Amino acid sequence: MSREWRASTFREDVRAFIARLLPRGWKGVGALPVGDVDAFVTQWRDTLATAGLLGLSWPREYGGGGLSHAEEIVLAEELARAKVPGGAPWDPMGMQMLGPTLLEWGSEAQKAHFLPRILRGEDRWCQGFSEPDSGSDLGSLSTRAVADGEFWHVDGQKVWTSSAQVADWIFVLARTSREESAHHGMSFVLVPMDQPGVEVRPITMLSGEREFNEVFFTDAVTHRENVLGPVGAGWKVAMTLLSYERSHVAATLPIQYEQEFERLLALVERRGLGRDALVRDQIAQAYTQLSVLASLGRRVKAQISQGGPPGRESQLIKLAWSEYHRDLAELAINLLGPEAMVVEGRQGPFLPYTADYPGAPISSGAWIGTLLHSRSDTLVGGTSEIQRNICAERVLGLPR
Amino acid sequence: MTMTDDQVLSQEHRVFQQTMRRFFDKAVPESYVRDFYEGEAGFDPAMWRRLDAEFGLPGLAVPEEFGGSGAGLIELVLVMEEMGRCLLPSPFLGSAGLATSVLLRLGDTEVNTCLVPRLVSSGDFAALAVTVSSGDWSEDAVSVRAEGGGDDTFRLSGTVRFVLDGDLAPLLLVAARTTSGISLFEVEPDARGLDRQRARSLDPTRRLATVVMHDVDGRLVGHEGTAWPAIRRGLDDAALLLAAEQVGAAERCMDLSVEYARTRHQFGRPIGSFQAIKHKCADMLLRVESARSAVYAAAFALDQANPQASRAVDVAAAYSGDAFSWVAKEMIQVHGGIGFTWEHPAHWYFRRATSSAALFGSATARRRRIAAALGMPC
Ligand SMILES: Cc1cc2nc3c(=O)[nH]c(=O)nc-3n(C[C@H](O)[C@H](O)[C@H](O)COP(=O)(O)OP(=O)(O)OC[C@H]3O[C@@H](n4cnc5c(N)ncnc54)[C@H](O)[C@@H]3O)c2cc1C
Repeated sequence: MSREWRASTFREDVRAFIARLLPRGWKGVGALPVGDVDAFVTQWRDTLATAGLLGLSWPREYGGGGLSHAEEIVLAEELARAKVPGGAPWDPMGMQMLGPTLLEWGSEAQKAHFLPRILRGEDRWCQGFSEPDSGSDLGSLSTRAVADGEFWHVDGQKVWTSSAQVADWIFVLARTSREESAHHGMSFVLVPMDQPGVEVRPITMLSGEREFNEVFFTDAVTHRENVLGPVGAGWKVAMTLLSYERSHVAATLPIQYEQEFERLLALVERRGLGRDALVRDQIAQAYTQLSVLASLGRRVKAQISQGGPPGRESQLIKLAWSEYHRDLAELAINLLGPEAMVVEGRQGPFLPYTADYPGAPISSGAWIGTLLHSRSDTLVGGTSEIQRNICAERVLGLPR
Repeated sequence: MTMTDDQVLSQEHRVFQQTMRRFFDKAVPESYVRDFYEGEAGFDPAMWRRLDAEFGLPGLAVPEEFGGSGAGLIELVLVMEEMGRCLLPSPFLGSAGLATSVLLRLGDTEVNTCLVPRLVSSGDFAALAVTVSSGDWSEDAVSVRAEGGGDDTFRLSGTVRFVLDGDLAPLLLVAARTTSGISLFEVEPDARGLDRQRARSLDPTRRLATVVMHDVDGRLVGHEGTAWPAIRRGLDDAALLLAAEQVGAAERCMDLSVEYARTRHQFGRPIGSFQAIKHKCADMLLRVESARSAVYAAAFALDQANPQASRAVDVAAAYSGDAFSWVAKEMIQVHGGIGFTWEHPAHWYFRRATSSAALFGSATARRRRIAAALGMPC
């Protein structure tokens, strides 16, 4: 049965709890033999669920822990510090993005139905925003949902849909009226994947893996009540969702990247480059950048924990971290020298991490995987160019 | 590796910040700084008195028992941001930031009760002579020699360059080497054998001097041979305050650039609607807020005597120096031809940035220390 957690002693309690569950000498999920990782993650997710640590900030009536965002952030930090994931690879979409958005916009019936199912792992979600002709310019998207009696009928195509190959549901941003204005006339529609009108075709990523997809809707149907928020308010709902994504990232990325930085130091040592003046300067630059961004993240995190409105610096987090990580991966590849030409060991990272699994062996494959994946950091969730536009226009007030 | 406590400005901090902003906006307009470029204006005793009389700034971080206000480094940081913003030419950094800090860090009762109060509200200010011509702010580089006369009086010989306000300061402190190590001395401004020459600064709002000593009488401050740790820590404090000044100055550069980009039109539209310009401004914002985060984090670390504080200062100083230099240069680019004129303030910031990047050690030197602190082999 799920236990009660107290906010006042939460950090110590949860730290002790996690430590008790992990085997002696635990080095991180990346140190497990590759074949054992899936089984471990599944079992670990069950453990967290049983302990009431999934959906910590969700109300208890929906199966959550009834605590606040502050404890949620502490939990994410402690899990990252203990080098274990906070759930299954597909969980972030349901737990960190859709869940909080449901809490903000959902009807009572929607919350009561969907939230517990997310926590129990019964519904896996994916995000259907991008389309072939609408990426950065999401406002131009053309997938349509038309109401007819008891159902919505959905037609159109989504692309780059992560985890669609394993998802049970997709949240779709679709046009529901003929209004020409880009940001009006859209709705946030929840659509079940297992039906003849939905077809998923995997796309192989640059790294060789198949984690994103095309999703085709041909008269796909979903029940009339499966619209989140008012009909026509889809854009607003989608923006809420993206802001939840950002705040979670602000809390956990610094820890992940600090652990990754330790691996970089180990790589320098293994390659015998520690006395090279240029390498030392590059490492110190990377460290400087890392700790500056950690400080920036703490400022944003403190604002979120205190429930205040995030300041202008929150808008910088995504841009800053993605470019840091892209550059760090390149530095690691440089340090590998000729080893970078050959993939030794397994090629990380794997969802939900953007750095390699903590504790993973320091092989060329690990860093090559990080390099390949890092090229998506500056694309997903709004490209760096779009981030700069937003900073310049919305924060600094420059004209469009 | 990092500190986990939430460290953000309190409501009082914000109010203080606004008070400082209002004061400097009014008291130090562009025309004030321009006088330092156009005339022979070098030091403004009236302004120095106002900083004390209106806000007690020289003694802000001095404990109350020695006559100060007992604030922390974080408050000094907030002051320095505002001084950087308006490029206030002032002995504040060299005296309140560096010299006072070193004196306090000596932890010597006599120093605290005799010398420190002089720097709080008497109108006096101090200069600390510690660098050498190599510009290397390390212990090995201290080259002034002091020969003992048995009591507390020594005779000092040597040359120190790049001394902040060194030609003017009523209280001159000199780091010198005796047979038992680095020691601190007070030298009378009119002592025999002392020559103080104002240098022609790249940044006229930053007063620098060369101090030459031939057998000059110096009075020992604190104990012989034990001054280096206090100097080292005082230099950390000062480096952090310089970083804060750089944040404030960089933010002003950003503000000026954004304002210009909004109003200057070419091709029938504001230049700020061109992405090449827009993205430069966004990158200015990124650097300013990143630097500010690092500076606040280091200030809190120093105030809480965090064991990692020194490294946090290295990070903040290395980053802020580079950030300010970048922003100041891009400001010229955003302004086009007008940015390259003597008339426009852009070059004041460019000069301040370039000169500050070398004060208290370069970013490269900071990174050398960071690499060593990370445990990389030497
Ligand atoms: C690994 C990965 C996973 C993803 N997962 C999902 C998912 O699960 N669900 C989902 O909906 N989407 C997902 N995406 C899609 C992602 O959000 C888009 O790729 C992104 O928004 C960019 O859109 P686009 O690919 O159409 O590029 P485009 O918008 O065509 O951009 C191409 C280039 O033009 C630039 N550009 C475009 N507009 C401007 C402008 N106004 N100013 C300056 N430059 C501009 C861009 O910055 C970019 O460099 C994923 C993408 C990746 C790479």
